[in-house]
Amino acid sequence: MIRTRGLCKRFGDLTVLREIDLDIHPGEVVCIIGPSGSGKSTLLRCLNGLETATDGEVTIDGDSLNTTEASLNQLRARLGMVFQHFNLFPHLSVLENVQLAPRMVQGKTVEEARVIAEQLLEKVGLSDKAHVRPDRLSGGQKQRVAIARALAMQPEAMLFDEPTSALDPELVGEVLSVMEELVKEGMTMVVVTHEMGFARRVGSRVLFMDEGRILEEGTPEMIFDHPGHPRTREFLGKVLRMS
Amino acid sequence: MDSPYIDVLPFLFRGLGWTLLITFTGLVFGFGLGTIAGLARLSRKGFCRGAATVYVEVIRGTPILAQLLFVYFGLSELLSMNIHKLAAAILAIAVNSGAYIAEIVRGAVQSIEPGQQEAGRSLGLSRSQTMRYVVWPQAMRRMIPPLGNQFIISLKDTSLFSVIAVGEILYQARQYYSSTFAPFEALTMACLMYLMITIPGSVYLRRMEHRLEGR
Repeated sequence: MIRTRGLCKRFGDLTVLREIDLDIHPGEVVCIIGPSGSGKSTLLRCLNGLETATDGEVTIDGDSLNTTEASLNQLRARLGMVFQHFNLFPHLSVLENVQLAPRMVQGKTVEEARVIAEQLLEKVGLSDKAHVRPDRLSGGQKQRVAIARALAMQPEAMLFDEPTSALDPELVGEVLSVMEELVKEGMTMVVVTHEMGFARRVGSRVLFMDEGRILEEGTPEMIFDHPGHPRTREFLGKVLRMS
Repeated sequence: MDSPYIDVLPFLFRGLGWTLLITFTGLVFGFGLGTIAGLARLSRKGFCRGAATVYVEVIRGTPILAQLLFVYFGLSELLSMNIHKLAAAILAIAVNSGAYIAEIVRGAVQSIEPGQQEAGRSLGLSRSQTMRYVVWPQAMRRMIPPLGNQFIISLKDTSLFSVIAVGEILYQARQYYSSTFAPFEALTMACLMYLMITIPGSVYLRRMEHRLEGR
């Protein structure tokens, strides 16, 4: 459903992505791992057009992201995104954060949007926080609200950009369990992560990226137990020893 | 009632009315101008950016007294019509404060971290919706302290308008001492009149700033 062909991204002289060909199929959970600076986040941001590809193409169900501003907005609405630093809207209550896009983008009434928002807040276990401002929440709670906010648009797929990297270790679990819940429901997901345990448990495919390329991809078992590329082995050796 | 300190008061209160009228009305228009110019400076369109930059730089680079005379005499001549001095005074405050407010607006909008915009866009909000519902409300809050500061500056700037005989505070004081020969008393009271507004103003602003930092 999401497809890239020959995707390249350069920032000035710096090449961040080189010729990425990637297909994400419905229902798949694709985890992207790799050292920092390898282009993981940039790749994810290219998938919903937050970054524009320098070369190559990204399509969502055949619709190219290389299009007018208005259609790009519509395409973006079909993919949910969760950021490392949550990026909740601090001037709005938790409920309003979740309601905003359904109202403004899908033209739902306040009432309709509220019903959706309340359901989703219940799903992420934060019904009791509906009327507080985000600055009253812990990091884990913020990220769960951010997930609810993205889900409110009923996206066809969810993109996660290191969703647990900014969290205190004891708060990681609550976010991962919400994500695992989504996996069970069959949500298509692309997850940039350093949580190797999560990638192994729920990933249907793991990509290892280095220096703007996908060096290796396969099932979690293949990547974690029998990494083929020396760079993958080196990376996993370092990361797994740490945890 | 012989004391000039008391005698001058009715004049000064009349002046206070004019001063406040010019400052408030001028700043309302100035805020409109400043918002347009400030957002234009952030525009992706080169023409908008260029025009706004020229406006801001020209106004900030020239004295407000020159701007006032330009509006009152220069424009009158150019359009061959008489511009009312009150209109000229309000226009001068509007155009002048607009340039500074443009910078306040630009700074406030730019200070909102890019992640906010990205979150808005990733939800499918358009560029303008993201500005209106996500960035602008947050930027507004950050603009309050510098806008208050601009209010105090513009209020004091109105004193220059005595040169075109707008009846604001300082003009009234000058009128008074030109006939009574009590400039010391008249000017003391005139300055107290300004302080009566500016000091509570800045105290209030400082409180507001604390409150905003607190959240």
